Amino acid sequence: MADTKLATRIETGVDERKVLLSIQDLRVWFELRRFGFGVAGYVRAVDGVSFDLHHGEAIAVVGESGCGKSSLMKTILGLYRPREGKVTFDDQTISDMGRKGLNWYRAQVGYIQQDPYGALPPFMSLQRILDEPLVIGGVHNKDERIARIHKVMGEVKMHPVEDFLQKFPHMLSGGQQQRAVIARAMIREPKLIVADEPVSMLDASVRVEILKLLRGLQETHNLSFIYITHDLSTVKYFSERIMVMYAGRLVEKGPISKILKNPLHPYTSALMAATSDPDAKNADSYKEVPPGEPPSLVKPPAGCRFHPRCSRIIQGLCDQQDPPEFEPEPNHQVQCWLYQ
Amino acid sequence: MTTNNEKLLRVERLVLHFRTTVGAVQAVDGLDFSLDSNRAVVILGESGCGKTSLAKAILRLLPRNVGEYSGKVYLNGTDVMAFSEEEFRQNVRWVGMSLVPQAAMNSLNPVIRVGDQVAEPAMIHLGVKKDEAINLAKQMFQHVGVPVDFLVRYPFELSGGMRQRVAIAMALVTSPSLIVLDEPTSALDLLTQANIFNVLKRIKKELGTSFILITHDIATSSELADEVAIMYAGQIVETGNAKEFFPAPLHPYAHMLMASVPRLRADQDPEFITGQPPSLINLPTSCRFAPRCPKRFEKCDQDPPIIEKNGRKVKCWLYA
Repeated sequence: MADTKLATRIETGVDERKVLLSIQDLRVWFELRRFGFGVAGYVRAVDGVSFDLHHGEAIAVVGESGCGKSSLMKTILGLYRPREGKVTFDDQTISDMGRKGLNWYRAQVGYIQQDPYGALPPFMSLQRILDEPLVIGGVHNKDERIARIHKVMGEVKMHPVEDFLQKFPHMLSGGQQQRAVIARAMIREPKLIVADEPVSMLDASVRVEILKLLRGLQETHNLSFIYITHDLSTVKYFSERIMVMYAGRLVEKGPISKILKNPLHPYTSALMAATSDPDAKNADSYKEVPPGEPPSLVKPPAGCRFHPRCSRIIQGLCDQQDPPEFEPEPNHQVQCWLYQ
Repeated sequence: MTTNNEKLLRVERLVLHFRTTVGAVQAVDGLDFSLDSNRAVVILGESGCGKTSLAKAILRLLPRNVGEYSGKVYLNGTDVMAFSEEEFRQNVRWVGMSLVPQAAMNSLNPVIRVGDQVAEPAMIHLGVKKDEAINLAKQMFQHVGVPVDFLVRYPFELSGGMRQRVAIAMALVTSPSLIVLDEPTSALDLLTQANIFNVLKRIKKELGTSFILITHDIATSSELADEVAIMYAGQIVETGNAKEFFPAPLHPYAHMLMASVPRLRADQDPEFITGQPPSLINLPTSCRFAPRCPKRFEKCDQDPPIIEKNGRKVKCWLYA
């Protein structure tokens, strides 16, 4: 993290790099069917999300389960179609892409799943797992494929490569399985990697190893990275910007140093307060936790979606009007009426 | 039954091995620890170190392939390992100590109202009538912060956090002096997790219950810990008071484990431990951590004894 360019980017938030992925007012809704015909309503999993991701930039999307972060991710991967809004990658709109376009796009984007054991087919050897994306990607020369498999296995530090290639997923430890998943995501040399909680299923000691590996890959290949997590404590080792998601919205966006030092949105503060550091003093006091639970995404509350749980609610405003995005300091946006 | 200097729970040389076709899995291999009443001990370790087997060994909830099962477990001074299965069921489980199993929130019966499920252990183990048991369940719901009108709901009508609270209420309803919690919050969201720990702290304060908390989550374990026991490859390698342990762990493994925790509030680059824990089938005769240990020296080829140092216990030659 030592390079000065990165440091200035983090401090000032000014990014001179080109935009790789741009998301504008994205809405991903799922239909709720009534018996027989008709639509009973919508699950508004992603409801008005916009952000830009630059070449070589790593951002983290932080939120709890059910906040829509997986739907956002799957839309970026082209697996869900947005109801409204656009996802553009390298100036091409994903939802307009045909079969050929999508095949190209899927080579540009790698996906790292949360549960490595569930993500690897149990009946395929590692060699076949890594070979398949290349075959589909039209690499017909077998020697080239083998060379690329060796290269990527070396990059994820699975040495000696030969020993691993004939192994099946169940023969690997959790950390090695996750390395295999990373290798598969990397094999088509993508520009963007989407990692969905890549370390949450791993043990503490392995977790850091995988995070450092990902960070290394991101830097050496100048990859853009979307890191989806619920764990704020790992975020700062990994990304430059944080986006906090709550009930389908990005409630706070900004450079990591600013958000971790000075969280603006009450939800971000609550998340930070709930994150423990190992300290025996924790046992002496209760934590402050906002009451209640995240709202239903079928009928989100009127006004700010966090207002029923918020301790700093402004009566008559927060419960009636949806907060727009305010920018109380440069490059640090928050959807909260406290900062109007 | 309790004398003044008697511990609530004392575990001595507890062994639980499983039979498999490739050899004995030495999941719990000679454990000693003890717990005073109204205290909480955290058993920390990575997956596969035998944490859950320890919970099962203490509560005698054993699978069929048990190889060796021996040692002593004293609850309030009585050796419960000497009990027959029926005595154990009647006098120890639920009444003396109860378990909140891993993923407890998914272990509720989907077709029985949660109130009835919580009341059931009270009816069976305390012999109370149904009305009274429901009343007890109501009280427990208040302790764990579940609205009383949820008594008549079914598990699917409750969120994950609420179901977890119900599972804790169930463990509490027979008012045991000890509750074993196996990864109570690992499947829950951050805010829910913080809430559950608040509930556990309150129960400990208001009801004087003791806890054995089994987890791999070092950061959140500090929310409840009075004592810490670090487990590695079927053995406890360090025990100590949480206030002394967290700032300065003694055993090299404990030290490295603590260093691997990413911290929100400190600028400290986390480190990882190279290598993998040994297989519990072919354990080295040396110190079990020696192959991964950066501080290894000649003595480490022999199994280290447990060494007491300023009231803390550590299984490492460095302190001999």
